[in-house]
Amino acid sequence: MSTVTATPPKKLNRIGLDVLPYKGSKTTLCAGCGHNSISERLIEVFFELGVEPWQVAKMSGIGCSSKTPAYFLNQSHGFNSVHGRAPAVSTGALLANKNLKGVVVTGDGDTASIGIGQFVHMLRRNVPLMYIIENNGVYGLTKGQFSATADIGSKQKSGVINEMHPIDCCLLAIELGATMVGRSFSGDKRQLSNLLKAGISHRGLAVIDVISPCVTFNDHEGSTKSYSYVKEHDIPLHEMQYVPYYEEIQVQMEDGQAQDVELHDGSHLRLRAIRGDFDPTNKDVSLAAIHEADKKGEVLTGLLYVQKDRETLHDMLRLVDEPLATLPQSRVRPGPEALEMIMEELR
Amino acid sequence: MSTFEVSPVASSSSGEQAYRVVNDFSIQVATVNGSGSQTANNVLMRSIFQMGIPVSGKNLFPSNIAGLPTWFTIRANKNGWIARKKEIGFLIAMNPETAREDVLNLEPGAAVVYDEPLKLNQLRTDLHFYPVPFDKLVAPVCPDAKLRKLVRNMIYDGVAGQLLGIDFDEIHKALYKQFGKRKAKAADLNWNAVLAGRQFAAEHLPKTDPFRVERMDKTSGKIIIDGNAAAALGCVFAGCTVVTWYPITPSSSLVDSMTGYLRRLRTDKETGKATFAVLQAEDELAAVGMVIGASWAGARAMTATSGPGISLMAEFVGLGYYAEVPAVIFDVQRTGPSTGLPTRTMQGDVLSNALLSHGDTRHPLFFPSSPAECFQMAIDAFDFAELFQTPVFVMTDLDLGMNNWMADPFEYPTKPINRGKVLDAEALGKVADFARYRDVDGDGIPYRTLPGTNHPKAAYFTRGSGHNDKAGYSEREDDYINNVDRLSRKFETMRKHVPPPEVSLNPKAKIGIVYYGTSRWAAEECLDQLAREYDLEAASFRLLAYPFTEALSSFIERHERVYVIDQNRDGQLLALMRMELPVELIARLRGIRYYGGMPLDARTLTNEVVSQEGL
Ligand SMILES: Cc1ncc(C[n+]2csc(CCOP(=O)(O)OP(=O)(O)O)c2C)c(N)n1
Ligand code: SF4
Ligand SMILES: [Mg+2]
Repeated sequence: MSTVTATPPKKLNRIGLDVLPYKGSKTTLCAGCGHNSISERLIEVFFELGVEPWQVAKMSGIGCSSKTPAYFLNQSHGFNSVHGRAPAVSTGALLANKNLKGVVVTGDGDTASIGIGQFVHMLRRNVPLMYIIENNGVYGLTKGQFSATADIGSKQKSGVINEMHPIDCCLLAIELGATMVGRSFSGDKRQLSNLLKAGISHRGLAVIDVISPCVTFNDHEGSTKSYSYVKEHDIPLHEMQYVPYYEEIQVQMEDGQAQDVELHDGSHLRLRAIRGDFDPTNKDVSLAAIHEADKKGEVLTGLLYVQKDRETLHDMLRLVDEPLATLPQSRVRPGPEALEMIMEELR
Repeated sequence: MSTFEVSPVASSSSGEQAYRVVNDFSIQVATVNGSGSQTANNVLMRSIFQMGIPVSGKNLFPSNIAGLPTWFTIRANKNGWIARKKEIGFLIAMNPETAREDVLNLEPGAAVVYDEPLKLNQLRTDLHFYPVPFDKLVAPVCPDAKLRKLVRNMIYDGVAGQLLGIDFDEIHKALYKQFGKRKAKAADLNWNAVLAGRQFAAEHLPKTDPFRVERMDKTSGKIIIDGNAAAALGCVFAGCTVVTWYPITPSSSLVDSMTGYLRRLRTDKETGKATFAVLQAEDELAAVGMVIGASWAGARAMTATSGPGISLMAEFVGLGYYAEVPAVIFDVQRTGPSTGLPTRTMQGDVLSNALLSHGDTRHPLFFPSSPAECFQMAIDAFDFAELFQTPVFVMTDLDLGMNNWMADPFEYPTKPINRGKVLDAEALGKVADFARYRDVDGDGIPYRTLPGTNHPKAAYFTRGSGHNDKAGYSEREDDYINNVDRLSRKFETMRKHVPPPEVSLNPKAKIGIVYYGTSRWAAEECLDQLAREYDLEAASFRLLAYPFTEALSSFIERHERVYVIDQNRDGQLLALMRMELPVELIARLRGIRYYGGMPLDARTLTNEVVSQEGL
């Protein structure tokens, strides 16, 4: 390479990094796959917020979706584990090091089928991490079988119609203890970015279900997870503006119209309801709205639920402030007198 | 073999027996599960122990909370043999359901303390019977009718104490120790019941049987503890920080004990916060997944389970092997899946754990035989898992885990905690390049970094078997082969680091005996029986770990025939040896297998060796 071209100055984020450490290796997913858009958003939001990549741990199960942690945040540790078991792996990792920012990426097969037991128990524990479900209604990696999130009446490529009741991971999440729940669409850049940022600012379990079409196996006429179907039926609950804690709130939305949700790190999410007055801090309202939309065949998106007061797993276990992983021997091996005391009790 | 060298009931009319069997017999207490007999049994065992007499206690209990029969056997043995002894000398028959069979099973000459209304003395004429009206005795010492069912049991401690010559000061001490300071009132109540039993026996039960205890000095300094509690303590002192588990008999009490010890010993004094996390998972699959996640992120993490849980862990253990993530897994082995025989002991998971999961997986196994080894091997297992970045199984069983053992006190670890090859930010600054799976030192063990390490070179991506030495995704044939070959080298390196075997050679011996885990106690007594009764000298090899070492091959080479003792039907350790040893050596191996679910006894082994040797 001998051509000399002036390299344009790199854009740096607030901690002085360019975007490179936030990128990953080249995707091996199909061109147009919704999952790729989600990886792009993750790169953007972590870069924009200036999160230190080394503080992030990316974990996943198995599937096309679960491959994606390799495609963003090069300078973060990643763990592509086993099918459906990212909740366990990430719970363990976060127990070991409470300072990590956990980002979990899974598929709807991972979460709603093989790993649903782990998923619901992670909800109960309010494990502090961001759990993204790249929901395409099928098993992409095993070539297009229905997943448990496929809607009744949705058509497989082969023509088979799903007749079984779908599992709505957001309903489960709200009901069983997640403290932030959102739904979005891989094609809605703005909404998805705002939700991801809110998830990063949240201290507790943030579940974000992103409808992410599989262009190869589930993007045809008759599918309810195709780009065109979701675009037509997407009903955003509100317009969202995320204001990070390190920036002044510049009012873009008029006060009075907007509901302001302060997040744990001091950032704000300002929500202006598009239809009616939806209050995401009220569990009953959230559940009713999702059920209602479901009846009408609408895909309700936005911040569905947020609850700031519940204890996280770390709080419940009363862990010391430092990561357990790196406590020195002096903190984790009691002295000889402690052993002698126990021996004496047993004599 | 006659068991008791006494002529039964011969001199019963003349009062005191001429024959005496001192400090060499078993006491069996037959009760109903849930009747609260455990305290009385532990007090009985402990008071004999406090008299300096070696003891062991075996609790044979059903998979039930209340109502089914339970037997607790205490063996007192002056020579220190603490394996189970099948023949019972002194029976305390408290369970009407089993009393008849319990009595009919006794050898002639045994003694029977029983609840008078059961009229057991009508069953046989060759035993020493001691009827005790338990209900009549308990009423005056325990006015509260609700407590009588529990307190009643202490009466047999008083009766047995009187008949066997147990020092009542020791019973007193053991009883108050058992109840602790906080339950002094309950202790007083129970002590009165002991005294009532003692008085009744003194007044109404002339001694006719030969069994007695006499003070010795063979237990000083020793402790009484179950293997699960010992392992739990080991984990606490190993610096374990994350414990995830799902309850299953016989492993549950390991984590229960550990939780208690952690709260006492590992709560930060200033802040009151925990330097540990204990989390009950939704199943064993999640439990081991959390262990893998926690170890990957740098914690010392463990789980404890039994066979059925191991089955659920298979996929993750394979991932741990290929992705090279440490994990410590206690397998307190039991018999069979499903309802199975969950409260019976077995060395049932040896073969499956050595090879658990799919692909070319192989895992180190440690085999403790005693509480002291449970403690030590727990500490060793954490160092080993981190040194080799791989899952390690500590293979105990129900007999070791749940029974009370007389044990040597535990030695405080002398070696500092070894966290293996971990590069922190500072170390990363000094290396030219970090490749997660590269064999830098030629021992097969790569270097790792932990998430949260503040260095641009620290991050790597963890996945299953398809990766190159820089942890990059790869499906290339050469990358895969290079990787699994390095894993083999790592396994070879382990052979130099596993706990070494305990070998006892005998120049006269033509045969050798290989054993592991709890078989040790019956095997050592068997060696003594073979020498004394059959003049058969045998060398012994106690295996403490897998992978095997060179010492095993050379032991087999020295002997014409080598017997391998397994507590399972299919000779699982023998099978593992057959997989790995050269053909010439395999031809010398014989199996001795016991698989009835009871703690192994020496006589069973001796009879089998004698029969296979054609003696
Ligand atoms: C234990 C186990 N069973 C089955 C599989 C095969 N498998 C791989 S990915 C997958 C489904 C993936 O679907 P999903 O989670 O929705 O991810 P997607 O590919 O659609 O993104 C299955 C069944 C596996 N890897 N492990
Ligand atoms: S198969 Fe579907 S889910 Fe998988 S990469 Fe292709 S488009 Fe995406
Ligand atoms: Mg899918």
